Amino acid sequence: MPKIKIQHKTPHVDMTPMVDLFSLLLTFFMLTATMKPSEPAPVDTPASISEKPTPDKNIMTITIAKDNRVFFNVDNGPDTILHFRPKILEEMGKRYNIVFTPQELRYFEKNSVPFGVNIKDFKAYLSAKESEKAKFEKGIPIDSTDNQLAFWILFSRQVNPTAQSLIKGDNDVEYPTVKKVLDILQDKNVNRFSLITSLEKVEVVVQDAKK
Amino acid sequence: MAEIIQQDKHQGGKKKPKKHSTAIDMTPMVDLMCLLITFFMLTTAFAKPKVMEIALPEKIKKNEKVEPPKIAESRTLNIIMGPNDKVFWYPGKADPAALVPLQETNFSATGIRQVLLDRNRALFKKIEAFKGDVVSGKIEIKQDSLQSAIRQLKKNDDTGPIVLIKFYKTAKYKNFVDIIDEMSIVGIAIYIVTDLDWLEQNMVERALGIPLTAAAPATAKK
Repeated sequence: MPKIKIQHKTPHVDMTPMVDLFSLLLTFFMLTATMKPSEPAPVDTPASISEKPTPDKNIMTITIAKDNRVFFNVDNGPDTILHFRPKILEEMGKRYNIVFTPQELRYFEKNSVPFGVNIKDFKAYLSAKESEKAKFEKGIPIDSTDNQLAFWILFSRQVNPTAQSLIKGDNDVEYPTVKKVLDILQDKNVNRFSLITSLEKVEVVVQDAKK
Repeated sequence: MAEIIQQDKHQGGKKKPKKHSTAIDMTPMVDLMCLLITFFMLTTAFAKPKVMEIALPEKIKKNEKVEPPKIAESRTLNIIMGPNDKVFWYPGKADPAALVPLQETNFSATGIRQVLLDRNRALFKKIEAFKGDVVSGKIEIKQDSLQSAIRQLKKNDDTGPIVLIKFYKTAKYKNFVDIIDEMSIVGIAIYIVTDLDWLEQNMVERALGIPLTAAAPATAKK
């Protein structure tokens, strides 16, 4: 008896719908992607019921990390015609007798990331490789003897008076540090600012109030 | 899939044309797409963070003499943030001669929120009723003027508490945001963030059962 020949056929799955779906998803994500801004230190923000979205331009952000390091960033949105960032750094340099080269200023303008660097290390920080930048991030000094944060705020507001102040603090930052930052802001006549939080829904009904 | 079905014609003698499937192996493409999708999904910042606006009273300059504002003691409520998410509160004014004990509570729905709601009942109901009227259409109001209308309600109110928010030195930033958030949940009209004075610091330390660290200033000692 002749053997029955079993046809060797690779099981074939029709992948077309899958590919279709994937390309759709991919296009969607690529178009909606706004890259998460890179952060030198992870910050876990507390939650509030506020539904106001964070503005994305004309802001100066003060970040307070868990280990009480303070970071600063100025973001003026895509309008690079005004060149706020290099102007601020130039003013800072004048105050601390550091001359920044045009290359360094341009580099600073293009890389809008929060920095927590002592102004004395700034030249080294700007020229350091991306992977070696972390060792300069010791936090901006906020002591009364060497209050560099105050000058960053001052010059930012001189260069761009319409900038809003945002504070982004970690859940576990101790209050005295927050208080110090608030005091510095108030010394520079910033009495109105926004705290960055994540959203949380809370329901309170009138019945709770009766009792 | 784009597959052309070829009919088999068995005609003797003729050479069989080699059958070629036009199906393309899409596996590598799918692999790559999976990878890209995963990458974009992980790097996308979906929920934009929100902001909570606060305004602090202007600082008094050192050489300026400003009379502290007079506020009714009966309406005053002091809230002190302690360590480990503890919340202390006492009504009125701390008097060294007749110390009021601190009440301890927490951030749960029945904690400090209840304390605030009990005191802010009238205003809270007024705001809720107003919001209800807007939703049901009894009052016609532009969407963007709702907030300012509520602000006006708060401004005209004279029954709610005046909340003084203070922080013990080991309080966390989370407490700072939480308590201000609590103010907006309950609809407190007037609240101020101020410094803890020595007497209150002692009160907190006594409540916590730790040694006192603050001494009375020279002027307060008699």
